[in-house]
Amino acid sequence: MHMSDAFLSPAVGGAMLAASGGVASVAARRLRRRPDEGRVALMGVLGAFVFAAQMVNFAIPGTGSSGHLAGGLLLAILLGPHAAFLTMASVLAVQAFVFADGGLLALGCNLFNMGFCACYVAYPLACRPLVGREASARRLALGAVAGSVLALQLGALGVVVETALSGASALPLRSFALLLLPVHLAIGIAEGLVTGAVVLFLRRTRPELLAGGAPAAPGRRSLRPVLVGAALAAALVGGVVSWFASARPDGLEWSLARVGAAPPAVDRLHRLLEGLQAATALLPGYAFRGDAAPAGAAPWPAPSAGTTASGIAGALLTLGLAVAVGAALRLARRADRSPRTPAGPP
Amino acid sequence: MAGLESALAHLGSIEALAARATPVHRLDPRAKLLTTGAFLATVVSFGPRQVIPLLPLALYPVALGALGDVPARPVLARLALASPFVLLVAIWNPLLDRAPALAIGGLVVSGGWLSFASILLRFCLTLGAALVLVAVTGFDATCAALGRLGAPRILVEQLLLLHRYLFVLVDEAARLLRAHALRAPEARRPGLRVAGSMLGQLLLRTLARAQRIHRAMLCRGFDGVLRRRGALRLRAVDLAFTGGWCAFFALARAVDLPRLLGGLALGAGR
Repeated sequence: MHMSDAFLSPAVGGAMLAASGGVASVAARRLRRRPDEGRVALMGVLGAFVFAAQMVNFAIPGTGSSGHLAGGLLLAILLGPHAAFLTMASVLAVQAFVFADGGLLALGCNLFNMGFCACYVAYPLACRPLVGREASARRLALGAVAGSVLALQLGALGVVVETALSGASALPLRSFALLLLPVHLAIGIAEGLVTGAVVLFLRRTRPELLAGGAPAAPGRRSLRPVLVGAALAAALVGGVVSWFASARPDGLEWSLARVGAAPPAVDRLHRLLEGLQAATALLPGYAFRGDAAPAGAAPWPAPSAGTTASGIAGALLTLGLAVAVGAALRLARRADRSPRTPAGPP
Repeated sequence: MAGLESALAHLGSIEALAARATPVHRLDPRAKLLTTGAFLATVVSFGPRQVIPLLPLALYPVALGALGDVPARPVLARLALASPFVLLVAIWNPLLDRAPALAIGGLVVSGGWLSFASILLRFCLTLGAALVLVAVTGFDATCAALGRLGAPRILVEQLLLLHRYLFVLVDEAARLLRAHALRAPEARRPGLRVAGSMLGQLLLRTLARAQRIHRAMLCRGFDGVLRRRGALRLRAVDLAFTGGWCAFFALARAVDLPRLLGGLALGAGR
């Protein structure tokens, strides 16, 4: 469910990166106010735990498919929302940097979808009211399931909305949501049951650990407006920026609703650079300038064989050049290194 | 299980690659991080159906990888592993968007296929660049650069600790799964109940180990701050690296280089 760089427009990616970065710095400030080295070590190890736990696939009953723990909710139960958010941030960053899950620009989106939704929305709204210290096992499981279903639905909705706002997919918002949300409902129930099982297991074996999230209670109330504000700001900035960035006033609605021949929205930056490109290009007016096409009426400039040929030839040359440069650099490095290896006396 | 072991192998290989000493490895990590950021911004700023103008940007990951002695195969394998979700979303474009957009000889390509190709190309470029960046920088140095560029200290330390514990825990999880596979050979995956207590066990082992490690760190004088050997210093070559690549990205964004090149080549041939 990782959002990918490949679907993102600069406006959406930048807005989400800024919003998630803001929440991370607020969370970091909250934690720094009550320094506790033990918790720093605990956060590190629980982050690694989530990472390893994501690789333990379990069977989802009745579907024949498998799921794994996303971990945000479990972390929120064990650490409280601020530490859990920062821990999720580190997990997602390692996945983006080292494992090519998502990507660096999409980190903001992923942190919002999987961290913010689980730690700051699903945990306080659906999970914490039900999961008290003396809650019955049934109630605890219910809280965990409600929390994870809410977290995963919001997260999946986040992926859908971010993709649609970026205008990368021809799939309309509604079909995309219908594709993704039911799958995540099943995953959410299974994840909730496993989270509940882990929490019950811990309550039997190490009950003192579950108090970890509790002491944050006094300060929590004052922070809520900030967080709600941050969430609204993210939604607003993402929505408004994309709205204003689209070429036509109804660009957003149009790119979300149209299927088929609709060329995706052009934002201001694209247009600016497009203008720059038109002004500086040595071969102006080439046929393959897709995004400048007006909507509806004349969907695409007529393809012309001449410009296409030069485009294809150029593409092949570029690829050849890139490979050749790579090979040449490699050879140069090898030649550079070989005389130095026999470092002994002549 | 295979996923766990391949993940561990991948982590190890990244560390091994990052330990080399090439000119690219010696660059300041901040310069590499910022340049990669500029690269990513350039890639996503292209229009959704642009494919060919994106191609010159491939030079950045290719050159960085070649200069840093990063083998291509593991990077490509990692990309292939990460690709299914992207393919799942992108495959709808050619199915839904069938308007002709481009003619190559007699072959007409629809807009959907163009945007499909564009998404895949972006995927390879952005994630390839991120993988190569970490392989020529190392995770610790990347985190140090993040910290110097303004990321909260607690987040940077969290990243460093997570990375240190990762090797330990992935090992532990692999042992648990192997034990399960040996005791229940006919079940391909544990069920919900078993998974719950397996994960609980993993968590308990994790915590016990974390406590031991933390005590050992306290014994050695850990005061809550992870220190890095050697300060970061920006040199002229770092600035030249960042400046040069950013100029190239701007050029590739402003001018359709492949078309220019193709026009020149075809013109010379005539």
